[in-house]
Amino acid sequence: MISLLREMYYIILGFLEGFGACWLFLFRLLRYTPSALLRWRLVFQQIYSVGAMSLVLIIVAGLFVGMVLGLESYNLLARFAATSAVGSGIALSLYRELGPVITALLFAGRAGTALTSEIGLMRATEQLAGMEMMAVDPVRRIVVPRFIAGAISVPLLTVIFCTIGILGGYLLSVMHLGVDEGAFWSQMRVNVDLVEDVIESTVIKGIVFGGAISLLAVYEGFYAQPTAEGVSNATTRTVVNSALAVLVLDYILTSAFFHGA
Amino acid sequence: MVSETDSGSENVIEISGLKYRRGEKLIFDRLNINILRGKVTAIMGPSGTGKTTLLRIMTGQVLPDRGRIIVDGRNIMRLTAEQLFELRKEMGFLFQSGALFTDNSVYENVAFPLREHTKLPESLIRQVVLIKLQAVGLRGAWNLMPTELSGGMSRRVALARAIALDPKIIFYDEPFTGLDPISMGVIVRLIRQLNDSLGLTSIIVSHDVEEVSSVSDHSYLISEGKVVAYGTPQELEENKSAWVRQFMKGLSDGPVPFHYPAPDLAKQLFAGEQE
Amino acid sequence: MRQTRTIEISTGAFIILGFMALVFLATKTTNIQTYGDHGGYTVSASFNNIGGLKPRASVTIAGVAVGRVLAIKLDPKNFNAVVTLQIYGSYQQIPDDSTASILTSGILGEQYIGLDPGGSDTFLKNGSTIQYTQSALVLEKLIGQFFSKATAPGAK
Repeated sequence: MISLLREMYYIILGFLEGFGACWLFLFRLLRYTPSALLRWRLVFQQIYSVGAMSLVLIIVAGLFVGMVLGLESYNLLARFAATSAVGSGIALSLYRELGPVITALLFAGRAGTALTSEIGLMRATEQLAGMEMMAVDPVRRIVVPRFIAGAISVPLLTVIFCTIGILGGYLLSVMHLGVDEGAFWSQMRVNVDLVEDVIESTVIKGIVFGGAISLLAVYEGFYAQPTAEGVSNATTRTVVNSALAVLVLDYILTSAFFHGA
Repeated sequence: MVSETDSGSENVIEISGLKYRRGEKLIFDRLNINILRGKVTAIMGPSGTGKTTLLRIMTGQVLPDRGRIIVDGRNIMRLTAEQLFELRKEMGFLFQSGALFTDNSVYENVAFPLREHTKLPESLIRQVVLIKLQAVGLRGAWNLMPTELSGGMSRRVALARAIALDPKIIFYDEPFTGLDPISMGVIVRLIRQLNDSLGLTSIIVSHDVEEVSSVSDHSYLISEGKVVAYGTPQELEENKSAWVRQFMKGLSDGPVPFHYPAPDLAKQLFAGEQE
Repeated sequence: MRQTRTIEISTGAFIILGFMALVFLATKTTNIQTYGDHGGYTVSASFNNIGGLKPRASVTIAGVAVGRVLAIKLDPKNFNAVVTLQIYGSYQQIPDDSTASILTSGILGEQYIGLDPGGSDTFLKNGSTIQYTQSALVLEKLIGQFFSKATAPGAK
């Protein structure tokens, strides 16, 4: 019994330590951000590799999620004889929850792991130490551009996901299930609020999730053990911690912005 | 006593009273080392004595618990991060693995310090890069990627990168390890040549006695955190201490025993149970 | 480094695509219309019960949107809900004896204000108050009414 408590104590302590270290790292990254933005070529290169390269994945996922939403919304609303509201259902589900969360999780899996393993490998092959010896700060040169790129890319990807999702839902419900096209769009327009649903949910959640995942990914890579096993463990931690962080932040943001009926 | 601002002295690096502990183990115990300007100095010792750590302390990558470390007239322990970075621009460091940037070509790797620290136009950078590559004999390989290079070649490229900014001091971390005889000969020649032609001060950490002896002016032998012997290769060769002789000649048994400490053989073999 | 141009172009395209998607979402799928300032004038109306009426809800005449709800406040003296409405500038001739009712649209019921024009020759202008109002129908009170009518004969 005592040993169980002690285990938990150490786990909690370990978590707090990592949590605090992460925040300190974040402040450091934010401090270097303005100067890093001046070297826009580096940032652009990273936006390309984490953002543009994830585009295909996001578009395909968005299409299928949109189509499934079309089916499920229709299914649900048919029970209330309110299938004309399908447009609203799809849009609200996408903008508020599915868009930001699914995009974030996909991003963590595809780009987050790439960031962690890339930086971790540079750590393991002493490229980061080499840079330090050449009087170049690896945090400024390697880490910050990648962090910025992730924080910028995720909201963009989220918005693209939602757009494709709406189109997918449209194809399914209007073209396939026969919902009235006019009702689809006009009901949506009425029920989707610009501030509440798009700005607060899609965009802000996108920015927050993007920042969190990028932070975790570069942090794990930078502080990985410089061995093959170390990098692999760090990559796993990135995915797990990112997923948890996204879900927890989702709850926090949703309840913070909760307007009630 | 050399003042802290006197940078024209004979000693480029002065370490006095160095104490460094990692966990329970005392790695360095009141170590004193002086590196002479313009010479090739070697630091030798068995694996695990912390030779690489010593290099890291000299370059400010690791901070010791106690001691005075003066590098080119500056006390490393008192420098701010910016001052340390400035100092590092005058140092070259060759890692054991080369530590080349795997995503960039040979040319890009050597050009890196020039691009980061100078505002030279591309045409001038190109000239400098080619000259540095020429110095290490790899000008023809300028366009290759690190994955296409052999071990010896990547170390030479790393060397070209280390001298890109014309440093005053250059550190070699186990430069001979894992090379074939020819590549080793090339590195040995380069260390000597660059040191003399560029007026560098070179510090080599290694345990390859033969190679070190052929290239160094002075060598320190370190064991158990202390300096055990110091002198020219000739002097070390003639050193009477049993331990030094075992190390220099590569004898399998001596003050450092062949057998790891264990209980009596007969007892363990015939005991039946686990000991 | 020859790829740099491709990278820069693709990245630029990606960022532009993202913003275009955002613009599409914002303009075509949301109620962005209601945020515009269409110019107009402000009038107020007092209700016993506003039900589920919310700011930015529509104000309509004969089903056509003529304005929107700006704000809803509680009058501390008579405990009525005071609703501030904005009427769009193109509708200057609404009689000042019109009735404002709180109605429900559709089944999943967003509530809005419907104006029933009166016959007056003077029109609403900035700062006017609508005199005749019809509060929202509250389900419990309806049921209560129904039951009291049903039991009343017995009580007599």
